[in-house]
Amino acid sequence: MSTVLNITNLSVKFPTRFGEFTALDKVDLEVNAGEIHGLVGESGAGKSTVGAAIIGLLQSPGYISDGQINFMGKDLTQLDQDSYHELRGQHISMIFQDPQTSLNPLLTISAQLIETIRQHADISIAQARERAIALLQETGIHDVENRMDEYPHQFSGGMRQRVVIALALCTDPELIIADEPTTALDVSVQKQILALIRTLCTERNIGIILITHDIGVINEVTDQVTVLRSGRVIETGLTAEVLGTPADEYTKALMAAVPRLDKRLERFRNIVKDDVLSAEDTSWKVAGASAQFASDWLLAEQAESSRQTPQTTLEATKQQSTQLSIEQSTQDSSIELSKKSTLQTAPQAILSVVDLAVTFHSGQPGWFRKKAGFKALSGISFDMQQGQVLGVVGESGSGKSTLAKAIVGLVDPSAGDIFFRGEALPPGSVRARSHQTRRQIQMVFQDPYSSLNNRRTVEDIIAEPIRFYDLANDKQLIRKLVASVLELVEMPQRAMLKYPHQFSGGQRQRIAVARALVARPDFLICDEPTSALDVSIQAQMLNLLKDLQQTFGLSIMFISHNLAVIRQMADSVVVLKNGRLVEVAETEQFFNAPADPYSQMLLRETPSLSLLQANG
Amino acid sequence: MLSFIFRRLMQSVFVMLAVSLIAFSLFRFVGDPVAQMVGQETSIEDQENLRERLGLNDPLTTQYLRFVGNLAKGEFGYSYRTRQPVSEMILSRMPATLELGFVSLIISLLVGIPAGIYTALKRGGILANAILVTTLVGISVPTFVIGIFLIYVFGVELGWLPTFGRGETVQIGWWQTSFLTWEGWKSLLLPAITLGVYQLTLTMRLVRAEMQDVLKTDFVKFATARGINYRSLYFNHAFRNTLVPVVTIIGLQLGGIIAFSIVTESVFQWPGMGLLFLDSIRYVDIPVMSVYLVLIAMMFVIINLLVDLLYFAIDPRVRLKGAHG
Repeated sequence: MSTVLNITNLSVKFPTRFGEFTALDKVDLEVNAGEIHGLVGESGAGKSTVGAAIIGLLQSPGYISDGQINFMGKDLTQLDQDSYHELRGQHISMIFQDPQTSLNPLLTISAQLIETIRQHADISIAQARERAIALLQETGIHDVENRMDEYPHQFSGGMRQRVVIALALCTDPELIIADEPTTALDVSVQKQILALIRTLCTERNIGIILITHDIGVINEVTDQVTVLRSGRVIETGLTAEVLGTPADEYTKALMAAVPRLDKRLERFRNIVKDDVLSAEDTSWKVAGASAQFASDWLLAEQAESSRQTPQTTLEATKQQSTQLSIEQSTQDSSIELSKKSTLQTAPQAILSVVDLAVTFHSGQPGWFRKKAGFKALSGISFDMQQGQVLGVVGESGSGKSTLAKAIVGLVDPSAGDIFFRGEALPPGSVRARSHQTRRQIQMVFQDPYSSLNNRRTVEDIIAEPIRFYDLANDKQLIRKLVASVLELVEMPQRAMLKYPHQFSGGQRQRIAVARALVARPDFLICDEPTSALDVSIQAQMLNLLKDLQQTFGLSIMFISHNLAVIRQMADSVVVLKNGRLVEVAETEQFFNAPADPYSQMLLRETPSLSLLQANG
Repeated sequence: MLSFIFRRLMQSVFVMLAVSLIAFSLFRFVGDPVAQMVGQETSIEDQENLRERLGLNDPLTTQYLRFVGNLAKGEFGYSYRTRQPVSEMILSRMPATLELGFVSLIISLLVGIPAGIYTALKRGGILANAILVTTLVGISVPTFVIGIFLIYVFGVELGWLPTFGRGETVQIGWWQTSFLTWEGWKSLLLPAITLGVYQLTLTMRLVRAEMQDVLKTDFVKFATARGINYRSLYFNHAFRNTLVPVVTIIGLQLGGIIAFSIVTESVFQWPGMGLLFLDSIRYVDIPVMSVYLVLIAMMFVIINLLVDLLYFAIDPRVRLKGAHG
């Protein structure tokens, strides 16, 4: 096996106003032909910087301060701009993360391929087209002759990534740098793309650097792996050895933080703590504020509120809805009916969804045409028990988030009913601002960078629900509560004085959870709360949510595309596919013996951690 | 696509009706037209007769419908000032304004787009910064000052170019053009530059901002990583993707150039519609003013329709969405 790339002692620095920031510190890396070398690490580890340094596209003002990049016997750091540019594409190529944005939207697939091929080979357009067709077939696109003259937006995400791979391959490079090539894709597509990369690597004898944050992907497809942290190489070697018997503490911790698909753990252990707190941060306190205070306050109210809530049974309301739809009976009689049945007792479902449908109307409605809509959800029915965690699983476009939005009232259902504690929830557009469920149901969003207002202090952000729902009036008390709740979510109290942009993603997500908690909710919807976070932070976050759930008996609807996370969190699981309900099951039953073929497929395609499992 | 055009045309009809209503209200509120038309000695009865003959005593709705009907038939009435048919007056002035607007648009595009691309690529370069600072003057100094400055330098001091009028023109049917004579071109140059400077600066800054955004996108990075030559990278991949916003703004501005060439036309005594409008205001020549208003509105509507059609040509995503829905 010949060595394609040999990096020794590579350091990359970024000059900033506060002195030089070292992005890479003496990194060594060796990539052989016909081999996939994985680069794994959390955000800020410098994975992508390695790729950018190799292909000579370091973001300005970064520069290589030391070391060599030996590519096929040439030192790339010595090349001038023009000869470097000739190298790009011809010998080194890249695959980017998001196939939605890495293709030029205004040019056809064939135009982009033919241009790239002819850039590096002196052949006619017809010949280039022939080669493009062969390449697209090789990367698994069907009906190539017809489809190649289409535009990128006419292809699905997975197909686009195949086109991107074809583009990267079309000049027969010796080295391909794949920067998170499957992160933006669904698991089933991810599996296919990884298999494709593997095949191409072996058949064409190309060296591939696979940059990813996902240890599952590393385990699935790479031969060698290098673990990076803060610009340093932590560990390197054969994938089986590094993952099987990790030598470094960091690698061990990183692997322990990966949620396991095969069994449920009570908590994540052995976690990397990387949010370093300064003494100044920890010593600052609001008088009397403590996590205990927050938890007492939250629990006190809960006892009260559950006493006050009218307890209508689910059976009655279900009856009510059928009555309404079938007999078109008047409102009065159905209310009577529900009153009568409150006397019966039934197991308490906090949320039940009956035959829910959401249809989106896109584009301008024609003057003479009837509005056609996109059915985001149809025929969804399920119950959720008080104090449980319900996992909602599905691939992109399955309607997971739409379901959450329909419940909190951000989109209107087009049919069906949602019952909260047995009472029908009005559609969002007519749900009063003062409706009590607006407080009882709270939501934590996926992206902590856009879900917090950067112009307000953390204190303002967390105090807002307290003031808005009129939970406390005394200024001192509010301040004490904010500080206490922050402590409850394991943040220093001093955080309340800062603005959101001063925190990392994980810390921001804690603030978002704190904001949801102070409203004293009964029901929390978490829409992919950890998918924007690194695994170690994700582990901390999941631990926190578990603790809170147990302490306060919260009912949580936990939406995720990551089955392993669902297994760790949920008591029961709902599987959605293209807006339809595929399976509802208890978690353990679902993971041991999924009933629906689609669920089985999802489970099968999730990158496995066989090496981790062997390790126990 | 056809249904899209049809829908836009329907919308345009409403826009035009609204504008015609404003134009019509000019007759009512700018002053008594009869008082403007007759001399001091005309008797009250004669004035009343005239009023009756012009239909000014009819109900407002009747008058408005008649006004719109006449506009639709192309009967624009007679000027109070010159007693000529308004249509004739405007037709004789229109070519001058359209040619002026067209040439200044070409100048602004030919200079603005390359300068925009250049300044986006050579960020912080000396020449790029020089261009940016110079054009800042173009956007912050009023048009008439630039006009007077150009007249002073090229007309008075250097004596290279004429300072007023259209020079020699050639008549093609009713269209009087200055494109076919050397003198005509020379006369056209200064007003066209004056009118185009603002548009030029705007185009340049817009192209520059859009280019900078597009250069940061993944597909440009990917194309760079594939070794696509810089020429194609910048023009075929990057610049094309800036066209949608650029075309939108240029379209709106072109309407503006034609509609508001008044100042430039007045500085250079350019015999176009703007100058006609100015004269009409001075003499409260309401028929001319209202027709001018309607025509300019129509021009905006047409330009916007063309811009929308250009989207179809530029962006395949719009094209296919249009085909399906």
